[in-house]
Amino acid sequence: MALLEVENMVLSFAGLEVIRNLDFKVKEGTIASLIGPNGAGKTSVFNCLTGFYRPDSGRITFNNRSIIRRKPHKITQFGMARTFQNLRLFKSMTVLENVMSGMHCRTSAGALGAVLQTKSQRREEELIRQFSEECLSFVGLLDKKDRDAGNLPYGDQRRVEWARALATKPKLLLLDEPAAGLNHDEKQELIELILHIRNALGITIFLIEHDMGLVMRVSEKITVIDYGQKIAEGSAEEVQNDPKVIEAYLGSEDEEL
Amino acid sequence: MSTSSNTSTVTGAVNWLRHQHNRLIVLLVMAAVAMFFPLIANNYMLEVLTNAWFYTILCLGLNIVVGYAGLLDLGYAAFFAVGAYTTGILTSQFGINFWLTIPAAVFCSMVAGIIIGGPTLRLRSDYLAIVTLGFGEIVRIIARNLDITGGASGLIGIDRPFFFGIELSQGIHFYYVFLFLAILACFVSFRLQNSRLGRAWQYVREDEDAAEAMGINRVGVKLYAYVIGAMFGGVAGSFFAVKMTAISPETFTFSQSVLILLGVVLGGMGKIPGVIVGAFALVLFPEVFRDLGSMRMLVFAIVMLIIMLYRPEGIWPRGKS
Repeated sequence: MALLEVENMVLSFAGLEVIRNLDFKVKEGTIASLIGPNGAGKTSVFNCLTGFYRPDSGRITFNNRSIIRRKPHKITQFGMARTFQNLRLFKSMTVLENVMSGMHCRTSAGALGAVLQTKSQRREEELIRQFSEECLSFVGLLDKKDRDAGNLPYGDQRRVEWARALATKPKLLLLDEPAAGLNHDEKQELIELILHIRNALGITIFLIEHDMGLVMRVSEKITVIDYGQKIAEGSAEEVQNDPKVIEAYLGSEDEEL
Repeated sequence: MSTSSNTSTVTGAVNWLRHQHNRLIVLLVMAAVAMFFPLIANNYMLEVLTNAWFYTILCLGLNIVVGYAGLLDLGYAAFFAVGAYTTGILTSQFGINFWLTIPAAVFCSMVAGIIIGGPTLRLRSDYLAIVTLGFGEIVRIIARNLDITGGASGLIGIDRPFFFGIELSQGIHFYYVFLFLAILACFVSFRLQNSRLGRAWQYVREDEDAAEAMGINRVGVKLYAYVIGAMFGGVAGSFFAVKMTAISPETFTFSQSVLILLGVVLGGMGKIPGVIVGAFALVLFPEVFRDLGSMRMLVFAIVMLIIMLYRPEGIWPRGKS
């Protein structure tokens, strides 16, 4: 069954169509990828899914619920979490505080509870802390929980973003270029982490990536877009041998294939 | 050279303060000084200190909006006005007991906060500043033109409240009233700062989009800050009305809003001890340098400029290292 289904999605900016009649599905429990040359509209697709852009028309169904034109925070609440292409951490806050932000939409204490420190408020705070620490230990950063997030090395900052997304207890995790800026070893660890999240936590993963090696190794299904349109879809081998895909990438990124 | 050594002394002191044990000692000493101060103070000193506590409450309220949620509000005096007028009108014209007007003042300032915040908090911060500036002026002009608010001359003859049979009429009474309210404001601020809501304000302040992506309702969280800030202003206004026994629209001008904002920025946005220091600096400086006569506001302005140039984060140092 499809966890995420996009039908006939159109997005335009000032008359220019960035995404044209896009259709695709992401099945529950799979790892799927969206690839395409630079400027093909991949990040725009992500922004439509997560509510940051409002598509002109089409349907987006997530977990049997229409999420088109819903607010980003609502969509996160429905169980879709994302990471950003260029890291968007809360830099002057600690690693733990960053991850705790993910638990916000799963908890409810308000001002009165905070001022009176009611029993349920304290229990909730403890729960937030515990679960955030679990997420941190899952990505292997528990020992750095009290450091300022902005002072961590780049690879660790990526992991904080992951832990933060996991703390929202997502059904679907959207990763926007997770390998960008990582070295070879870090990419290997990333592949393991992606597989581990799916296998151990059962979270469906949908990612955008430029690094073809990584995409081909982890993806069970790949959707290729160019100029905002789908040009191919299928397994890694199917996509790699598709003449349209080769044409779209020719001369620009084929050396990475 | 001397500034750098000064800074390190201050940082050293703050490091010392970081130990909970030491912090408790300092707090107890300060509480004792504040409690017993009226025994040695003359009326003038008492009046000045009462005023300082009063500004502490207002600055802590605005700090929730500006410091915690990062929203620039240039019309904070409006909430203070709503509280003062609610109590003023209900006691002097309807004869309602002062203590019963406090919930009404809180309610009215909350409603004012929702009315102004609801539609405007979607705006970016700089637009918000302009809208709040306009709102502050609107409230003052309405108060100036309505009959019920006493027009330009304002309300006079607001009754003094009774507290367990004692009429609160002397300086010392109000000193303790405002000291108590200031401590309460600190307590509420502290609890809020270290809560789920306090963290949400900080997330939104640091990166709105990332906060939204983490499932935080950006507008809702900001409105929360705005309304809580308004409540602080409303309560302070309520007590202000009975202390002065007379209020007029000219108390709630734009310069009043700026003065409160100045206390927050000067001391250090988002830091409770900093905001208290800022409020005290605001009130004490013009008093201490009264001898300078008409030059004192100029000197005050220059001192503030220097502080902002050398310590843009405020007098109080940054908490984390």
